[in-house]
Amino acid sequence: MNGAEFVPLSLVPLLTGICVAVACALPGNFLVLRRQALIGDAISHVVLPGIVVAFLIGGTISTLPMLLGAAGAAVIAVGAIEAVRRLGRIETGAAMGVVFTTMFAGGVLLLEQSDTSSVHLDVEHALYGNLESLIWLDATGWSSLLDPQALASLPVELPRMAATLLVVTGFIVLFWRPLKISTFDEGFARTIGLRTSPLGLALVIMAAIAAVAAFDAVGSIIVIAMFICPPAAARLMTNRLEHQLAWSVGFATLAAVLGYVLAGYGPLWIGMQDSVSAAGMIATVSGLILGVTALVGPHRLRGSAAPVG
Amino acid sequence: MSVTLASERHPETGQTSREDSPLAVRGMTVSYGQKPAVFSVDMTVEPGKMTAIIGPNGAGKSTLLKAALGIHKPLAGTTTVFGKPVGQQRHRIAYVPQRASVDWDFPTRVIDVVLMGLYPQLGLLGRVRPAHRARAEDCLTRVGMEDFAGRQIGQLSGGQQQRVFLARALAQDADLYLLDEPFAGVDAATEKAIIGVLKSLRDAGKTVVAVHHDLSTVTDYFDNVFLINTRRIAEGPVKTTFVTANLQDAYGGRLAGAQMEALALS
Repeated sequence: MNGAEFVPLSLVPLLTGICVAVACALPGNFLVLRRQALIGDAISHVVLPGIVVAFLIGGTISTLPMLLGAAGAAVIAVGAIEAVRRLGRIETGAAMGVVFTTMFAGGVLLLEQSDTSSVHLDVEHALYGNLESLIWLDATGWSSLLDPQALASLPVELPRMAATLLVVTGFIVLFWRPLKISTFDEGFARTIGLRTSPLGLALVIMAAIAAVAAFDAVGSIIVIAMFICPPAAARLMTNRLEHQLAWSVGFATLAAVLGYVLAGYGPLWIGMQDSVSAAGMIATVSGLILGVTALVGPHRLRGSAAPVG
Repeated sequence: MSVTLASERHPETGQTSREDSPLAVRGMTVSYGQKPAVFSVDMTVEPGKMTAIIGPNGAGKSTLLKAALGIHKPLAGTTTVFGKPVGQQRHRIAYVPQRASVDWDFPTRVIDVVLMGLYPQLGLLGRVRPAHRARAEDCLTRVGMEDFAGRQIGQLSGGQQQRVFLARALAQDADLYLLDEPFAGVDAATEKAIIGVLKSLRDAGKTVVAVHHDLSTVTDYFDNVFLINTRRIAEGPVKTTFVTANLQDAYGGRLAGAQMEALALS
C-alpha cells in the first residue's frame, strides 16, 4: 500500500487505535494490581446511557455535552454501586456488575426508543465504535502531514485521543512513586503522609477520561479489553513494575496494529469478501496475546512456587 | 465526653507526661460496624523503651495502632507524637504493617521496597542516587538480607519478607518504630534477627512499640506492656503490669489459670 492510499484511509484509524490502546493500558496496570480492573469495565458501560441522555437533551453529538453526560452517568453509577452494596448487602464486585449492566441495558433501550437515525449513534456504534470511518479526506500522501490545510480536516478523534494519552501519561509519570507505594502497601503509604484516597480517586478519574474519550472513536469492547489484557499479559513477562508498564504499552500497540491489519485484510486472505470490525479484532488480538503469555510468559508460574508461610 | 470519662477511669500510672511521650493516645474509639473495636482508650508510651501491645484476638491491638497513625479514621480520639499532632511528625515515625496485609506478588524487587522508606527524601520525581541505594543496602545488611536485594519479593519466605519490611522502616531513620505483629509466622532465625535489631534501636534511644501475640516472650523481649481488650486494661513496666490479675482481665476465660501463672511474674 502506498502513501497516497495509506495516509487518507489507514493512518488515522491506526494512530487512534494505538492511542486508545495505550491510554487505557497504562492506568489498567494499576487497576489490575489493585484488583479494581472491573472499574474500567463499569465505566465503559455506564458511559452509554450518559451519552444518550446528553444527546436527547442537547440534540447533537458534540464533545462537551457527551463528556458531561458520561461524567454524570459515572457519578450516578458510583452512588448506585454504593447503595446496592449497602442496601443489598452484597460485595462490591457484584454490586458493580448489577449497576453497570443495568445502566448499559437502560442506555440500549433509550437508544432504540429515541430518534438517532440522523446521527451516528446506535448500539453497534456503542460496542464497536467507528474506527474504520476515521477517513482523512483531504490527505493525498505523506506530504499531507506537513500541509496545514490538509491537517485542518484531520478527524477530530485523533488529536482528542492523543491529548488524552498525553494527560494519562503525564499523570502516571508525575505520580509514579505515590501510585507504586500506595498500590503495594496502602497502610504504609498513609503513614508517610501520602493522600491515598484522593490518589486512588484520581487514578479512577484518569481511567474514566480514557474510557470516555475512547468510547466515541472505538466503542466499549476495545476499552474493556485494553484496561485488562495488556497489563495482565505484561505481568507474566516481568517481575518489575517499570518493565511491566513498558511491556503493556508494547502489547497494546501490537494489538492495535495487528488487530487493524487483520480486520482489514485477514478475511480477504482466507477468501472472504468483507473486512471485519477493527475494534472487535483489536480486542480479540489483545486476548490472544494474553493467552500466549499465559502459556509461555517467563513469570507465569510465580506464586505456585513461592513459599507462603 | 467519653474522653473525659476515660481519663477519669484510667488515671495516669507512669511518670511520662503527654508532652514527652513518643506516642500518646487519648479517648481513642474505633468502630467497624455496630460494635466498637477500640473503645475510649488512653495510652502513653514511655520514651526509649520497648512496649508490647497485648490482648486476645480481636481485642483491637492492630486497630489501635492504625487509628493512632491515621490509617483508620477513628470515631473519636486524638494522637500526639512527641507532643505534636501525628500529622506533623510523620518523618519521625516508621510503621511496619502486618506482613499479610500486602500482596507479595506485587512486581517489585527487595531493594525497591526498602527504597520506599526513602520517599520523604526523594519526593515525587527526585532521582535515586548512589547514596540512597547505599543506605537501602545498608539497611538490608542490618537485617541480614543483603544478598537478596535484586530478588522479586514474592520469592522470599515469610521471615525474609518480614525482614524486608523492617529494613524499609530502618531506611526511614525514625525516632518511633511501630510494628504490627512483627513475629507472626516467622522462623526462629528471623525472630532472633528482628528482636536484635529492635533492641539495638532501643539502645540507641529510639522508642519501639509492637503489637505482640506470644505471651511467652513478653518478659524476654519488652520493657513495658499495654494490655487491651477493646478497652484499656493496664499499662506499665512488665514487672508490675504483666501480672495474673491484669492478664485475667484482658483474656478472661481464654487462658487457663495455670498458664497465666506460669507466664506472669507475680
